[in-house]
Order: sequence, then structure tokens, then C-alpha cells
Amino acid sequence: MSDQSIDQAIIAQGLGKEYILGGAEQHHDTFRDLLRGMLTAPFRKFKKLSGNTDENLFWALKDIDFQIPVGQITGVIGRNGAGKSTLLKILSRITTPTTGQVEIRGRVASLLEVGSGFHPELTGRENIYMNASILGMNRKEVHKKLDDIVQFAEVERFLDTPVKRYSSGMYVRLAFSVAAHVDPDVLLVDEVLAVGDAKFQQRCIGKLSEVGQQGRTVLFVSHNMGLIQELCSHALYLEDGVIKDYGLTADVIPSYLNDGVEQKSQWLASDNSGTLRRVRLLDQQGELLYSASYTSTIFAEIGFEALRRDQDYMVTLRITNELGYDILSSWDSDTTVRSTQQGKQYIARCELPTGLLRPGRYFLTARVRNSEHGYLQNVEEKSVEFEITNVNFAKNPQRLGLVMPDLQWEFSQLADGSLNVEDKTG
Amino acid sequence: MNSEITIIKPRTGWGSIDLAEVWQYRELLTALAMRDIKVRYKQTVLGIAWAVIQPLTAMIIFTLIFGRLAKIPSDGLPYPVFVFSGLLAWTFFSTALSTGGASLLSAGSMISKVYFPRIIVPLASIGVGIVDFCVSTVILLLLMLYYGVALSWQILLFPVFFFGLALTAVGFCAWLSAITVIYRDFRFVIPFMVQIWMYVTPVIYPVSFIPENWRWLIYLNPILGWVEGIRSAFLNQPVNWLSVAVSCVLTVLILAIGIRYFNKAERRFADVI
Repeated sequence: MSDQSIDQAIIAQGLGKEYILGGAEQHHDTFRDLLRGMLTAPFRKFKKLSGNTDENLFWALKDIDFQIPVGQITGVIGRNGAGKSTLLKILSRITTPTTGQVEIRGRVASLLEVGSGFHPELTGRENIYMNASILGMNRKEVHKKLDDIVQFAEVERFLDTPVKRYSSGMYVRLAFSVAAHVDPDVLLVDEVLAVGDAKFQQRCIGKLSEVGQQGRTVLFVSHNMGLIQELCSHALYLEDGVIKDYGLTADVIPSYLNDGVEQKSQWLASDNSGTLRRVRLLDQQGELLYSASYTSTIFAEIGFEALRRDQDYMVTLRITNELGYDILSSWDSDTTVRSTQQGKQYIARCELPTGLLRPGRYFLTARVRNSEHGYLQNVEEKSVEFEITNVNFAKNPQRLGLVMPDLQWEFSQLADGSLNVEDKTG
Repeated sequence: MNSEITIIKPRTGWGSIDLAEVWQYRELLTALAMRDIKVRYKQTVLGIAWAVIQPLTAMIIFTLIFGRLAKIPSDGLPYPVFVFSGLLAWTFFSTALSTGGASLLSAGSMISKVYFPRIIVPLASIGVGIVDFCVSTVILLLLMLYYGVALSWQILLFPVFFFGLALTAVGFCAWLSAITVIYRDFRFVIPFMVQIWMYVTPVIYPVSFIPENWRWLIYLNPILGWVEGIRSAFLNQPVNWLSVAVSCVLTVLILAIGIRYFNKAERRFADVI
């Protein structure tokens, strides 16, 4: 052990985990193949179940190195299938790694799923002892903490009721409460806070950060960036089984959010079969535009072909922010009077409002609709992306609200006493 | 703060069981066994009475069919006492195989979510049979009183033979529970196997019932020595030390193979369960 490893709670070196994927059965082209397949199936199946096959291998984690100092609360983030849960399973020794090794200092407790090990027929009290012993606590320790556990879970009245009669909320509260009171040196938590009501979630977060303040090391997997930001000083970002980024939460989360989204401010149809043919964003010079400042001019251009006869085509656009909130929408028929002819191509253009959108990433969704006898049909839509960058408000750039309009204020001084309320009782 | 370092790395080869760790988790072992015992007769009207009704009914049926109709000899003992003493040992063993074999699968959610030495699961499931075994022992003693069969100093050998039987059960359960996780076929194989096993074990007939020239075959049954031994201990019959010796050797072998297999399979449990 090297000197620097003294204050590390977790040291992982070259950690890897390989899984065998199921599925991919053979195809039977002829009846003879089918028969042969049926005869050899038990043998193939045997080979597969015994793990002696080199097909369909999949590395859930590949050659991972990292160190986590004692007392650090680390958020583990990444998209589904990035290897987060596999990492926690290895650290909690539920599964063994295929390569590499991990050194963990102190007692580890994991909360990978709330209530695993609860037995529905046993009472709350019996389950507390049972579950605590699964998590590595002995009876004496549980006995000392029983009151705290019960109080935190708010199940005093139902302590001697079988847990199968508990509401799901009570069940979750009790399970979290047991795990949180195990007092491990390293606590591994996997997305369990997704269950339970908001109030209880808040208390769980409080409990977790309390655990962190006691100098215990916490690894917390979540998709909720708000929670990660609130709870974790550092974040470990996994992608496809490798570490993409690891550092201060404030640095890692933006890199996670910005990843994988390619900037596209233009969409062009790949063939001539659809109505919608082109969606793009342009600047004042007519150049393709990816990002613009708060005050700069942005043009949206939507090109389409009127495929059908006797139908009127309309174009709409909608702007949505990163979180999926619709900011505004507009129809070309709001301000133009026109009719479309079959086989002709059209461009609808508009200028987006300046001085309105907050800095951030937006999606512009264009739709073409044709209306027949007043009914809308054949809606096609495509989205492009753009970004609003800096704002030049001199003071206080933090604003509330979905939009940040550049309102024109007037300011003047009044004569003395103009705003005083007259005393009417006198 | 606990500064004990755990090193997690790939496990290769056969490995061996970490007895110190099992000891560390002994409370979980008793907690799991107690849980299964409590749950076993929960929400039943008759409760623990089932532990009396089941073996008694089996004894009555066997006495009627094999003792009265088929007139199977019982080495000069009253047939009910004879068959019950065999059933006592056999029921413990067969319950252990059935519950132990399926134990890991039914603990699947625990195994994929929490770490603890996995061997605890089949071990705890064997513990469940002990309650029924104790109840049956009392019934046997009452039957012996009724039929006037006296106890002798040989009863002192009973704990030894029971320990041997339990160890054989541990060996088989370790192997069966692990192999059931990987090849689920064994869920069907085990009940079938248990059924056949009963008839090749001298439970309802004495060893002397088997023709001399075939008798060697029955010695291959690893629990023969223990089942016969337990019967001899209670009913004051001469102990067949040869069968006990053979069972000793076979039990050690089964225990070694079972636990080794379990260890080898253990690292894949969470991935395949």
C-alpha cells in the first residue's frame, strides 16, 4: 500500500466486468435445420448456461481506475447502461469483477434496493432485526438504535404488524431507515430515493448528508442532477463502462449534460417523399447559426412542398427549452394570407424575438400541417437546436422565469409625499 | 473508524469457504432460520400441529400398506416404531434437500441486492427442518413408550449420527442450491430424486430385507449409516459400524465436493439469478 492510499476510502485499479448476453438464438431456414436445431438445443443451452461461450460478451465496465477519499460524497452519473449499477454491485461485493481490483477501507453498507430481505409475513420489528443483520449489524447494535430507526420511519404504531399490511410508503420508509442507521464507513446508494413522497425524500437527503458530515464516504447513483448537485461535492461520470469525467460536481454535470447532443441547427430531408423538406436557423447574413447572443437576430426557415391538391398547408414553429417546457409557438397563417398549390414548393420565414430567451439550449420544432375541410391532417415535425449565449445585463444576471424579456422601464422622481396614504379616519 | 481493508478482485479457481466470515455472519444465519421457522406455520389454523400430523399420518399409511398388507419385516420390532424411527431421520434429510435446493433461488432478490456469505442461505434452510425433527423425536419417544420399546445407553450415539446426517445434508444442499441457480432444471429434478431416494433407503424396510448378494449396492447410499444409526440408537439395535464408516467417508467427500462447487458457482450467482 502506498502512502497516498492512507486517506483513500476506495481505490479501484483496472476494474472491469464482463457479462454474457442472453438471446441471439439460431435461425432455422429449413425443416431439417429446425430438427437439427431441436436436437442440439440442450447441448447448446448447456454450453450457454455453464458460461463456456465466447459469443455475446459485453463489458459493462472496462478498465476503470479511480480513488475516492474518506468522507467524500460522490455522485455517480451516466446514462442507462453506462455501468453505474454494475460499479455499485462490485463495490458492495454482490458480484465479482472480471478484471482489476478494488480496495475498500472499513465497513461497507449498500442500499441498492429498498426492502430487499424484507419478509412480508414478519412484523416490522422482526424485519428490522432481520434486515439489519443482512446489512451486517448485530442484535445489540440494532437494539440500541431501534428507537431511532422506528422514529425516522414513522411506523411506531405498526411495529408489530406484518409488513405485508404496510402501505408501500411505510415499507420504503422502514427499509431506508434501517439501512441509514447501519453506520457504515462506506455507504453505497442506488437511486432508492426515487420512491417515497417528496417530504420523505427530503428527509432521506438530509440523513445522507448527515452521514457524509460524520466523515463517512458515500457513493450515490442518481439520474437527478438536482439531487447530485445538492448532495455531492464530487461526481463520477460513466459512459459505456469507462470514466468520462471525474471531479467537482459543478464541473462534471455540465459536461454530462452537454455530451452526446450534437449541435444541429439545420435539418434537410433525405428524399422527396415528405411534405417537410428543410428546417434551419440563420443569422442576419443568411449563414447557418448554432448559437446567438441574447440580442442577436435569428431567422427560422421552414421549407415544404404542397404534396396534395385542394389542401391548404400551414407551418408552425415551437420553441422548447432544455427541460422540455414550451416557451412559445407561432403559426405562419397568423400573419400571412396565402394558399398553396399542389406540387409547388414554399419557404416560410420568420424572425425570432430578440431579447426574450434566457441563456441556454433550445429546440425549435417546425410542423407542417394540411387542413382539409377544417381538420388538420398529416402533421410532420422536425426539430433543430440552437443556443442563446451571453446576456449583457450589467447587474444581476440571475432572473426568475422561463423567459427573460428585455422590458423597457421608465424611471422618474415624484414630488414629495405623492405616495403617502391620506389618513381618512381623521 | 474501522480501518480494515477489503480487497475485491476476480475470483478464479475453486477457492475455499471463508469460515471466519460465516462465523461473523452467524446472527444472520439464525435470523434467516428463525424467519423461515416463524413463517412456516404462520397464518395456518393448526400451526405447529402440522409438524405432528404430517409424520403421524405418514407412519399410519406406511404401517397399513407395508406393515400389514405387504408384511415387510421389521427386525422383530413393532412396525410403527420401526418405520417412524426411519421416517424421523429421512424426513429431516428430505426436507433439507427440498428447501435447501430451492433456497438460493427463492432468496434471489436478496442475493442480487446485498452482500453476505451466500452459503448462509442453504445452511439456514436446513435449520428449519430441525424444529420438525424435534417434534418428531418427541412423538417417537411417546410411540416407544406405548409399544414398550426401552431406551438404552445407545441413545448417546444419536447426536453423533444426527450430526453426520446434517453434514451430509449440508454437502448436498450446497451443491444442489448452487446448481439450481444455474440450471433451473434441478427444480424438477430434486423432488423426483427425493422420491426415489426414499425407496432406496431402508426407511420402510430393514437392510436385512435386501438379498445378501445385492446388499453392497445399498451401502453406496451416503445416508445409510446415519439413518440406520439413528434407528439403532433409539431402538437399541446393534449398530452396523460398517455402514457408519462408509457413510463417514462418503459424507466427507460430498461435503468437500458440494462446498467447492458452491464456491466456484458463487461468484456468478448475482449475474444469473
